[in-house]
Amino acid sequence: MFQLDCMSFLEDFGRFLILIKNGLVRPPNWRMYGKELVRQMYDIGNGSLLIVGLIAIFIGAVTAVQFLYQLNGTLIPTWYVGYIVRDSTIIELAPTITCLVLAGKVGSNMASELGGMRQKEHIDAMEVMGVNTPSYLIMPKIIAALIVIPLLVVISAFVSIIGGYLASVMGGFMNTQEYTRGLRAFFLPYNLWMMLVKSTVFSFILTSVSCYQGYFVKGGSIELGKASTNAVVVSNILILVSDYLIALLFTT
Amino acid sequence: MILAKNLIKSFGDQQIIKDVTIEFETGKTNLVIGRSGSGKTVLLKMLVGLIQPNSGKILYDGEDFYELEKKELLALRMRVGMLFQGSALFDSMTVEQNIRFPLDMFTKSTRAEKDKRVNYCLERVGLSGNNKKFPSEVSGGMQKRVGIARAIVLQPSYLFCDEPNSGLDPKTALLIDELIHGITEENNITTIINTHDMNSVMEIGETVSFLSNGVLAWRGSKSDILKSDHDELHDFIFASPFIQKLLDEANMTPP
Repeated sequence: MFQLDCMSFLEDFGRFLILIKNGLVRPPNWRMYGKELVRQMYDIGNGSLLIVGLIAIFIGAVTAVQFLYQLNGTLIPTWYVGYIVRDSTIIELAPTITCLVLAGKVGSNMASELGGMRQKEHIDAMEVMGVNTPSYLIMPKIIAALIVIPLLVVISAFVSIIGGYLASVMGGFMNTQEYTRGLRAFFLPYNLWMMLVKSTVFSFILTSVSCYQGYFVKGGSIELGKASTNAVVVSNILILVSDYLIALLFTT
Repeated sequence: MILAKNLIKSFGDQQIIKDVTIEFETGKTNLVIGRSGSGKTVLLKMLVGLIQPNSGKILYDGEDFYELEKKELLALRMRVGMLFQGSALFDSMTVEQNIRFPLDMFTKSTRAEKDKRVNYCLERVGLSGNNKKFPSEVSGGMQKRVGIARAIVLQPSYLFCDEPNSGLDPKTALLIDELIHGITEENNITTIINTHDMNSVMEIGETVSFLSNGVLAWRGSKSDILKSDHDELHDFIFASPFIQKLLDEANMTPP
């Protein structure tokens, strides 16, 4: 059983690498690819902005409220809340939670779109015409995600800090000066790089894994549903594993 | 002319195509018939390069499809048009955008030239004025015609049609058959049609290849079918109870 799983993993991994390699070719028509890239950027960015913003507000608010709870009865000053909200959001919560949510939204959408195209023979039709489908259908999605998702993560981090402010200042736990003092304390620009590296790596994982799952769909609607679920599950696991590895690499 | 030479294809332990050699003639509608599961679609997909055979050769006017360099393969693909069973039109694009897609992707023509070609193709399939409609807004028969228009927009030398009449009423099916036959004659292209529609066989079957269990069991023209004494072919052609009844009423037996 273990041997079978290993074989299946290696087969999937090999096919994934070949798919990405096949996509890395010079497009025959830059204009068509450019249009597709812009469409994907719009879909990912515009379609996800609201949910990312909503989640980010609560990430910041919950972090602030829970840290206030932990500070209760200790000698640590309350302005530390601003510092904790800022750093936990930038280093971990904004990139990771945003990308986990986007794996569910954008990733499953990509897997379903490509899977549907496979089932309706759209991909075959393009192949017969001579279109390099990994390049035309998958690369614009990956590149669009690599551009747009880090931007969404930056917005998410910013909104989270506002969420923390709303919960701690508007909630009456401290005043604005205290919160901003925390926000300005012990700031390391290096942490922003960590956030951007994480969001770029996570973007690549969630789009490439989802596209892989959708591109190779076989069978009917049940298989399409499975591919969509696998896209989210596998992306999430890989995001968490790479989160750990990046944290290890950047902090030790 | 397309020559499929000693093609073999297996999926797992099951051999689907068993050493098939067929020649498809230029300027003719070459029909491949056979029961469901006989290997017709696999054969067609191998001919257009969607499935790779385990062994054998596919020669497009002498050029070996699987030996071509990338550039040559792309050039050949641009000379191939295909109508899929479900039309395979891109849902998010209008009829016009669907037909224009290969032009946008592979040609450097001006917008006016592309418009002219798209409108010509739409007119040729009898769909002028439907440019802005989406595939979901037109009937199944019209979708097939849009599929044909898209397949011929780059003026192909080879046209492949997978079950072009499936899901269509007899009259629309006849229209599609006539359209494909007309385009084949006008442009002197090699057309290969997978079908199990007997009307198509009798209408446009200039050469007919009968596949049975992955083997080329019979080959001839539509007029040869009635003279043939191939039992399996007759079982297939005269399988319809309606035709049997007509034959009984006319006091005839299949040849």
